[in-house]
Amino acid sequence: MTPLLAGIGDIGREHYLVVAALLFTIGAVGLLVRRNTLIMFMCVELMLNAVNLTFVTFAKALDDARGQAIVFFTLVVAAAEVAVGLAIIVAIFRRRQGVTADDVDLLKG
Amino acid sequence: MDAERLLDFVWVIPALPAFGAVVLLVVGKRIGEPKAGWLATTLMALSFAASVAAFLALRSLPGEERRHAHELWQWFAGTGRFSVGFGFLADPLSITMILFVTGTATLIHLYAIGYMHGDARFSRFFAYMNLFAASMLVLVLGSSFLVTFLGWEGVGLCSYLLISFWFERDTAAVAGKKAFVTNRVGDLGFMLAMFLIFSELGTLDYLPAFEAAPALSQGTLTAIALLLFVGAMGKSAQVPLHVWLPDAMEGPTPVSALIHAATMVTAGVFLVSRAHVFFDLGGAANDVVAWIGALTALGAATVAIRQNDIKRVLAYSTLSQLGYMFLAAGVGAYSAAMFHMVMHAFFKALLFLGAGSVIHGLHDEQDMRRMGALRKLMPVTAGTFIVGWLAIAGVFPLAGFWSKDEILAKAWFSESISGGEVLWGVGLVAALLTAFYMTRQVRLVFFGRARWHEPGGVHDEEHAIRPHESPITMTFPLLVLAGLSAVGGFLSLPFTDPNLEFLTRWLEPSLEPTAPHIAATSFSAGLALSLAALAVGIVGIGAGVSMYRKGLPADGVDPAERRLGPVARVLEHAYFFDAAVSRLVAGPGAAFARLCAEGLDRRVIDGAVNGTGRLFREVGGGLRRAQTGLVRNYALGIALGTALLLGYFATRVNI
Repeated sequence: MTPLLAGIGDIGREHYLVVAALLFTIGAVGLLVRRNTLIMFMCVELMLNAVNLTFVTFAKALDDARGQAIVFFTLVVAAAEVAVGLAIIVAIFRRRQGVTADDVDLLKG
Repeated sequence: MDAERLLDFVWVIPALPAFGAVVLLVVGKRIGEPKAGWLATTLMALSFAASVAAFLALRSLPGEERRHAHELWQWFAGTGRFSVGFGFLADPLSITMILFVTGTATLIHLYAIGYMHGDARFSRFFAYMNLFAASMLVLVLGSSFLVTFLGWEGVGLCSYLLISFWFERDTAAVAGKKAFVTNRVGDLGFMLAMFLIFSELGTLDYLPAFEAAPALSQGTLTAIALLLFVGAMGKSAQVPLHVWLPDAMEGPTPVSALIHAATMVTAGVFLVSRAHVFFDLGGAANDVVAWIGALTALGAATVAIRQNDIKRVLAYSTLSQLGYMFLAAGVGAYSAAMFHMVMHAFFKALLFLGAGSVIHGLHDEQDMRRMGALRKLMPVTAGTFIVGWLAIAGVFPLAGFWSKDEILAKAWFSESISGGEVLWGVGLVAALLTAFYMTRQVRLVFFGRARWHEPGGVHDEEHAIRPHESPITMTFPLLVLAGLSAVGGFLSLPFTDPNLEFLTRWLEPSLEPTAPHIAATSFSAGLALSLAALAVGIVGIGAGVSMYRKGLPADGVDPAERRLGPVARVLEHAYFFDAAVSRLVAGPGAAFARLCAEGLDRRVIDGAVNGTGRLFREVGGGLRRAQTGLVRNYALGIALGTALLLGYFATRVNI
């Protein structure tokens, strides 16, 4: 156990993984059922961070720093994704006065 | 310079008209009329002079040395044993050919200066004529089958170009195509013969091939001879490849005279004579040649009786006379065939040029029913035409009498072929018909009452015409050819004196039979045959004169038509041969082409291509609906896919 997590007592690896799985499921279900683009976007972030948590957990458990290093990559990519994604949402909002995902189907085959 | 050296230069003879053709094709328009015609004629005359020089040079050699092959350059220098030289062979046969080819060509070129006067493509015409003469000379002078074939294709091309010279007329363009396509059938035979000769003997040069030929098997020799004869049938228009020649009359009349009467159409007879070794040894091939010749001679003569176009009569007459030549070649009398070829060149060129003069004088009227009484208005044309008529009818002592008589005698006495007497009979009937239809033509054109003003012809009453004699450039060749037709027969009189039988003796080194063909003839039997031939000629003329005493009767119905009844219609349409060909060959051919186009190409080939396209379009159309454009659907797809992958790994992979 590292000093950072020492105070949490007997919270073990499984707890972290369960939390991560819950977060991921909430994110995934939210992404599928919600229509507001902004909410869907936040769900994606939720899923990303669930994955981050999993990485960190395993890095700690296996005593391998590579898992934590990957989290930094994820954070960078997520930041870039947020910048682009929000820009798209703003653009959609300007054109349509709304951000409902089901209204946007111009790429329909 | 000695004779041998001089004969190395026979290449000059075809080179002169070839040069003229090139010059006229390039700058002919600038040279213009009539200088272009005079240039072409002068070059032909020079070529004739060179031919005479070659003849004298060859004659100065002793008989057995009179064959001089000279290779100019290596034509095909291939790998292995394939190599062919481009060279010329000067021997009595080729020299005889070039003498009468250049001679008649010069006269016809001169005639054409008058005949083609005012034509928009005057210089182009003479370019083609010169090109034709050059090709024909290459054909006869070639020292190998391949060089001959080069000339063979060259004359075929020029024939096509000149038949459809007035290509603005649909009929002329179609006739040119017909001639070309029909000749391709024959050319295929010639090519197959060459392939066979090369694969069996390893050479295409005449002299080595002839020497090696007796070693071949009987079947091979017969096959080579028959394939060569298929080529000859195409070029010389023998049944059943004769259909193109009557239509070839669409060309200008000098073309008909030079190409389709005097020279090119005799190339087939020349080929058979040149390659006579294969025919001598070819077993049944000889019989085929003789019987096809006899059939053509008789069939064409019957058709000629019922033709009304002045040139078509002569066209069928040419077919008939070519049949005679093949009849002679088939019984092994090659020198008789050559003799008749030369005589025929004289009198048939004369008749065609005379017909051209009549057409010229009547401003393009060709229907004999609208002629008549031209004897007084066109005295030179009429006089020379009458000489040609008597010559072809076989009246003593004109050219046709001697040559036709020799062929008939050789057929009767032939030992190499069975049924020589039957062939003689067929030839005799054809001779009778020849005399009759030529008499009919002369009576209709030059005698009786004038009919060119009658309504319904080329000229209606507003444009009444005044027939006139042709200019000197046209009448001079007529006079020369009339002279030759009158006395040409003396080149080879049927007596054993070598001076009298000049042509036959002269040709002996080239045409010496490999096996004896002709039995010794007795003089009295020969005389009896001659009298029979002369008698049928006179009977034919007599019948013609009495039936066409007044030209065409007042009611306008042809007396022959009245007497022949329903047969007349059959003859008028040439036994419906064209219609039969159309129905039996062209019809199924077109049906097959349609089947290929619509069934095979449109359904199968296009169907496969379009079907592939349609398949992907349909599949794509179906799959299109999967792309809803809704982000959440894609997300669902991703989620399901992930779930599937996870399920797979969970069950299959042992982690």
